Amino acid sequence: MTAKTTRQSIVEDLSEPIAEIVKRYPKRRSAIMPALYLAQEKYGCIDETTYQAISQILDVPEIWVFELASFYTLYNRKEIGKYHLQLCTNVPCMLRGTYDLMEHLQSRLGIKNGETSKDGLFTLTAVECIGSCDVAPAMMINQSYHNNLSKEQLDKILDGLSQAENVL
Amino acid sequence: MSELVLMKNFAHPDSAGIDHYEKTGGYLGLKKALKDFSPDQVIDTVKTSNLRGRGGAGFPTGVKWSFVPKDDDKPHYLCCNADEGEPGTFKDRLLMERDPHQVIEGMIIAAYAIKAPVAYIYIRGEYGLSIEKISQAIKAAHKKGYLGQNILNSGFSHDIYVHIGAGAYICGEETALLESIEGRRAQPKLKPPFPAVAGLYECPTVINNVETFACVSHIFSRGVEWFTSIGPEDAPGPRLFGLSGQLKNPGVYELPMGISLGELVNNYGGGPLKGKFKAVIPGGVSAPMIPLAGLDVKMNFADLAAADSMLGSAAVIALDETASIPAVARRITEFFSHESCGKCAPCREGLPWASKILNRIESGKGLPGDPQQLEFLCGGIFGNSFCALGDGAAWALRATLKHFRHEYDALITQKTIPVCDRTSA
Repeated sequence: MTAKTTRQSIVEDLSEPIAEIVKRYPKRRSAIMPALYLAQEKYGCIDETTYQAISQILDVPEIWVFELASFYTLYNRKEIGKYHLQLCTNVPCMLRGTYDLMEHLQSRLGIKNGETSKDGLFTLTAVECIGSCDVAPAMMINQSYHNNLSKEQLDKILDGLSQAENVL
Repeated sequence: MSELVLMKNFAHPDSAGIDHYEKTGGYLGLKKALKDFSPDQVIDTVKTSNLRGRGGAGFPTGVKWSFVPKDDDKPHYLCCNADEGEPGTFKDRLLMERDPHQVIEGMIIAAYAIKAPVAYIYIRGEYGLSIEKISQAIKAAHKKGYLGQNILNSGFSHDIYVHIGAGAYICGEETALLESIEGRRAQPKLKPPFPAVAGLYECPTVINNVETFACVSHIFSRGVEWFTSIGPEDAPGPRLFGLSGQLKNPGVYELPMGISLGELVNNYGGGPLKGKFKAVIPGGVSAPMIPLAGLDVKMNFADLAAADSMLGSAAVIALDETASIPAVARRITEFFSHESCGKCAPCREGLPWASKILNRIESGKGLPGDPQQLEFLCGGIFGNSFCALGDGAAWALRATLKHFRHEYDALITQKTIPVCDRTSA
């Protein structure tokens, strides 16, 4: 969330798309989850100002917004890196060596699980099953899936991302 | 099974497109249902087919639909549970990504049966491609007149909306899923009233799994007799088995139920990665694991229940001889602990406690009384938690203590480091 974002600017940005979403449901409260996604997509993460703006747009209590933002894990309440590495650590991936990959990522990036690299590029998160068990170990980088991972492949992927950043 | 039904289009480059779907018999079932069947006849047909839910519990689908009141003045709702989160399960993702129209078609037939003008498909937020493919399929179905006002001149109107989940395993529990659509924290609600009577927005609601809806499409396009001719009498129809873990050929396999677990992991899964299998989890991590000696158990509801486990989501996770059972049990328990919604104390307090003990044992600091303490905790959680999450967690952990107590004891007394631990998996 940038410093320039205010409740009013969010209300201006999101009122129209949220009004579209509200039409799908008989009650406005149902539109809070999709509204939080809209805000996250636009601003990267969500915070109190977002809750206040959504509460104003939907005319619902702010606590209704906050209780969802704080319950569901896909809402980012703090800033995350440009690339969010979400490594699955559940049983099928564990049996295929995902803990080795986690150690490798931690040492390569110099961060621990849950942290963001100093350059703001990478956030590393151990996640629960992402439904890619047939091609384990698996990881999501933002919305895209990477499967059948090995340390070498991880290095290749990260090298590619870092290079792309240097070119920019 | 020689003929693929649910997966028949998977390999086609345009498998998700409506044109290919129609070319291969798609939407024929819907046309028949709307033209030749009354809503009640649709319910009776699904009852006769003995289709059982593919999400986990295996409840008879037609019976579930028949609980919806006939003469009330409330709107009825239909929901598709596409919040696939049971570790080891990935079949619904493949169905939505590769052949979404069979899911949509089944949903429209179900909506017609229970007279629901609106349906929501609740897809987990991680499944970006599923969300995209299902959304495209809904649009395409609208264009062809399979959705919207007065579908195929039947007088029946229906709309489907996608509701995107945001990372909560508990949403797979049907009342929690409904709470989530209503814009609340996903915490299960007391039953009764069952959703069929008071579900979404306090209105009669039917919730079924993705694969269940796909089966409905085929029941109407090809008939009940064809459907019941596949597999055992009490569990008919095609079924998707997801194979993962330490076996040579992980993947999704479409087979009739009733096949033995051993045949599944050896003949289809290609056998263990190393040495012999140690145990196999037959239905997602909440299904208690079956040790090698029990692998002749048949993969259907009754036989697995008799073996003190369950078919669940038919997600088969194989453990070979390198796997450490206490490590796997620790990971399973940590998962449930993380996903506990926090509503009831046995689950919310018991699972983090059990995780702590399991971590202690795994790191070589286990105490002699730890296995008994875990048993005690399981006893306190099982049967006392609000929903199946706590029960499943305790059930799965108990099975590891029952079958592999020696591994726990070895870790506690000899501080043996398991072969498959955190660092050397």
